[in-house]
Amino acid sequence: MNSKSIDMQGGSGLPIASGASVATDALVAPGDSAAPGGAVASEANGGETFDVAVIGAGPAGLTAGLYAARAGLRTAVFEQLSPGGQLAQTERIENYPGFSEGAGGFELAWSMKEQAERFGVQIINEGVSSLDLALPVKQLRTPYGSYSARSVIVATGARPRKLGVPGEAQLTGRGVSYCATCDGSFFRGKTVMVVGGGNTAAADAIYLSRLAERVILVHRRDKLRATPVYHDQLAKLENVSFMWSTEVRALHGEEGKLVSAQVEHLSDGALETVPVDGVFVAVGTQPNTEFLAGALPLDAGGYIAASETGETPIPGVFAAGDVRAKALRQVVTAVSDGAVCAEQAANHVAI
Amino acid sequence: MSQIISSAQFAAEVEGADVPVLVDFFATWCGPCKMLAPTLDQVAAEVAGRAKVVKVDIDASPDLAQRFGVMSVPTLAVFKDGKLVNQVVGVQPKPAIMGLLGM
Repeated sequence: MNSKSIDMQGGSGLPIASGASVATDALVAPGDSAAPGGAVASEANGGETFDVAVIGAGPAGLTAGLYAARAGLRTAVFEQLSPGGQLAQTERIENYPGFSEGAGGFELAWSMKEQAERFGVQIINEGVSSLDLALPVKQLRTPYGSYSARSVIVATGARPRKLGVPGEAQLTGRGVSYCATCDGSFFRGKTVMVVGGGNTAAADAIYLSRLAERVILVHRRDKLRATPVYHDQLAKLENVSFMWSTEVRALHGEEGKLVSAQVEHLSDGALETVPVDGVFVAVGTQPNTEFLAGALPLDAGGYIAASETGETPIPGVFAAGDVRAKALRQVVTAVSDGAVCAEQAANHVAI
Repeated sequence: MSQIISSAQFAAEVEGADVPVLVDFFATWCGPCKMLAPTLDQVAAEVAGRAKVVKVDIDASPDLAQRFGVMSVPTLAVFKDGKLVNQVVGVQPKPAIMGLLGM
């Protein structure tokens, strides 16, 4: 970027992040429709239009950037936080191929960022607050200005939905986890609780049953929402027990570590304290798509409904990684999406 | 990288400072802390002279963590005139951190 102008119209008030927890990839700012956008776009870009604008610098976005830049396209990746997404916040990743002993999440993410930059990706440390995708040249607005691009890859990811109970934020990473495949191996021979009733919760319970001594599945209904194949598998596991029609109300720690969960029996309101070493929260994920607000069609869960090649209903706009409605959300599927979308964007720009 | 201060240095470096101080309560084992660090370095460079950024390793300085009620990392706390005026938990974007500092 040669120069940057401040777009006073488009730059809506900055939300000051408050409360607990990890912020999202995309800056969710109140949309300010006063700015037509196009009027200032060329100034922020230094008079240039990017071939590809990637929103979100997690594994999907960085890989999209890498592939697009390596194909010779003028490529920018927008990120409001440091690059790396959920991967960078993961202590270790054990199932990313090529690292036989596992890799540090932050280190792997940082390496992806440096690799993308080596091929000429420009990482712009600004969150995209709103988009105008209607015209062939798309407009992206951030709190600092506006940018234009001939194609857009949305790779803003998703964040695990939280329980919203006392103790949860403080004990996250100290017994509370949102990723069984990431953290399960830390609970070998211990007692863990899985909260949720969908496919992820069922799969987590099955996975954890091979590691933990005991798995307690807590669900607010009297049966799982998960597909029947999981029911049969779970029923056969001797070390998995169920607490039906219950909800976690609080998590308790001692010396900075989780020691128990307070569970309410919904039938009579009785509270029970269950000693556990780990609680795996699997009550769904929440896509970082709030900023899209009408710019792209979303599914009921807020994910972008895009094809396996990342195409959205809008030509030149693609979705990669966890933000896309898909079956498996892992680093390896995110980077795959990123590569595919970059190829699609390159084809679009070549038209 | 921002300076890591000990419990013994806290009074002089933070409470006795004549500019606002952003304190990053972090842990070496904390992934989000690693992710936040580059953003804090950017903030430190941007506010140089008007404010400062220091880090407190909660494992090395548990007394400070306890004193300010830090139970999760990273926690960002802003001190002005020796008093805690603002506190937030988790990875934050740069504009939010500048906002915490009132800048």
